Amino acid sequence: MLRYTLLRILGAIPTLLLVIALAFLMVHAAPGGPFDAERRLPPEVEANIAAVYHLDEPLPQQFLRYLGGLVRGDLGPSYRYRDYTVSELIGSAFPLSLQLGAMAMLLALLLGVSAGTTAALRQGSNFDRFLMGLSMTGISIPVFVIAPVLVLLFAVKLQWLPAGWSGSSGPGKYVLPVITLALPQIAYIARLTRASMIDVLGRDFVRTARAQGLGMATVVRVHALKPAMLPVLSYMGPAIAAILTGSVVVEEVFGIPGLGQFFVTGALNRDYTLVLGIVVFYASLIVALNLVVDILYAVIDPRVRYR
Amino acid sequence: MSRVIKVTGILLLGVGAAAVCAPWLSPHDYATTNFGSTLLPPAFADFRLFGTDDLGRDLFVRTMMGVRITLVVAIVASLVSLVIGVAYGAIAGYVGGRVDAVMMRFVDTLYALPFIFFVILLMVAFERNFLLIFVAIGAINWLDMARIVRGQTLSLREREFVEAARLTGVSTARIILRHIAPNLIGIVIVYITLTVPQAILVESFLSFLGLGVQEPQTSLGALVNAGVGHMEGASWALLIPAALLALILLCFNFLGDGLRDHFDVRRSR
Repeated sequence: MLRYTLLRILGAIPTLLLVIALAFLMVHAAPGGPFDAERRLPPEVEANIAAVYHLDEPLPQQFLRYLGGLVRGDLGPSYRYRDYTVSELIGSAFPLSLQLGAMAMLLALLLGVSAGTTAALRQGSNFDRFLMGLSMTGISIPVFVIAPVLVLLFAVKLQWLPAGWSGSSGPGKYVLPVITLALPQIAYIARLTRASMIDVLGRDFVRTARAQGLGMATVVRVHALKPAMLPVLSYMGPAIAAILTGSVVVEEVFGIPGLGQFFVTGALNRDYTLVLGIVVFYASLIVALNLVVDILYAVIDPRVRYR
Repeated sequence: MSRVIKVTGILLLGVGAAAVCAPWLSPHDYATTNFGSTLLPPAFADFRLFGTDDLGRDLFVRTMMGVRITLVVAIVASLVSLVIGVAYGAIAGYVGGRVDAVMMRFVDTLYALPFIFFVILLMVAFERNFLLIFVAIGAINWLDMARIVRGQTLSLREREFVEAARLTGVSTARIILRHIAPNLIGIVIVYITLTVPQAILVESFLSFLGLGVQEPQTSLGALVNAGVGHMEGASWALLIPAALLALILLCFNFLGDGLRDHFDVRRSR
C-alpha cells in the first residue's frame, strides 16, 4: 500500500509540471505585454516596469523563477490589484468557493447515490424510466442555464429565497447556489450508480445472500453498495473539475465573491499573473484530489494495488 | 431506427432550418438598434415572435443568429477534434507497444486537467477571434475520440485485410489512411454526435462569461447572459434562448445515445 501510494505521488509530479509549463507558456506567448496602454509609455519607463516584474529575463529563467516562487507558495504580484499578491487574493477568495463546492458535492453524492440505487432496484419500472429521463435532462442542461432560471423562479417570482449574495444574511442564500452546482452531478452520479448497481445485483454473491434469506435492503446495504460505489468513486475526479468550472458561473450569477469571480474578472481585465495563478492553483487542486481518489480506490479495492 | 433517433433528428433539423431561414423570413435584422421599441414582449404583430432586447433589437432574429453561430462553432470544433482524435488514436492503436503506452498515458494525463480554464487562459492571452475558439474547443474534445478510435484500431489491426496489406509491403502511413481509417467511420459518426453537445457547452459557457463571440454577433450563451440582466421585467429574453439551448443539447445527447444503441457499438470507457 505504501509502495502504491508513493508511486502515485511520483506519477502526479510530471502531470503537475506539465500543467504549470503549459499555462506559463500560454500566458507568455501572448502577443503584447500586460502593461500595453492606450498611450505609449516612454521607453525608460517600460524598461523599468519590465525589470521590476523580471519580464526582461529570458523565458526559461522566468519560468524557473516562477517555479521557485511556487514552491514557497508565492504566485507573484497581481498586475491589476497593485497592492496584493496573487497568493493573498486566492487565500481570501478560496474558502468561500470551497465551502460551496464541498456542500454541493455532499448533496450530489447523497441524492445521486440514493436515486440511482432506487432506480436500480426497480429497473424497467415507470419510476426508473422517469428518473433516467430526468437525469439525462439534468446532464444536458448547462449550469449557466439552470442558475438564472432557478433565480427567476424561486427568487424573483416566488420570492422564497434571496437572489443575490450580498445584502442577505442567514443560510437561505446558500440554497440556490449549492443546488445549482449539485444538480448536474446528482444526475450523473444517479446514472452511474444505477448502472453499476444493476451489474452488482446480478452477481452470484448477491444471489447467495438473497438465498440465505436476507432482505433486499440488507443485501444492498451490506453487500452490494461498496462494490457498486467504485465507478462513482472514480468519477469523483471529473466531478470535482466540473464543480470548479460550475462555480465560475454560479459565483457570477449570484454575485458571490469567490475564486471563480476573481478568475472571470482577472480574465476580462487581462490580469495575467492572477489568471495564471488561479489556473495553476485549480490544476494543482484537481491533480491532488485525483491522487486522493486513486489512493482511496486502492483502499476499497485491494486488487488495484497489485496491478 | 428507434423513435428517439427520429424525434430528436427531426427536432434538430427543424431548429437548424429555422436558424438558416429565419433572417430572411423576418422583416427585422439582428444588429439594428431601435430605442423606440426596447424590451417588447413576444407578439405576433410586426413579427416580434420573441420580443426585443434592451437595445430594441429583434430577439427572434438574434436568437436564430445565435443558434447559427452555436451550431457552426460546434460542428467545426467537432471536426477539429475528429481529425486530431482519429489521427492520434489510429496511430497509437496501430503502432502499439511502447508508443501506444506512452501516447495513452499522455491522454490519461490530459484527462485530469481543467481544460476550460486553459481555454479561458488562451482567450485572455490572445486577441479573441473566432478561429481560435474553434481550435481551442476542438483541442479539448479529442480525448474521448482518441480512446475510442484506438480501441477499434487495436482489433482492426489483427484482421486479415490489414495483414495482407502489410505483407504486400504497403507502408504504415498508407495502411492507416487507406485500410484502417475507412473502417472507423461508423463508430466515429456515432461519437461525433456526442462531441457536438460538448462543444456547444464550451462555446456557450465562454460566451456567457463574455469571452466568446463579440457584439453585435451573438450566440445562445451570450443571449442567456444578456437575458439575466433583464429577467425581472423581461423574462422572455432569458427563458427563450435558455430553453432553446437546453433543447438543442438534450436532442444531441439523446440522438447520440440512440445512435450508439442502434449501431450497438461497444460502450465507451
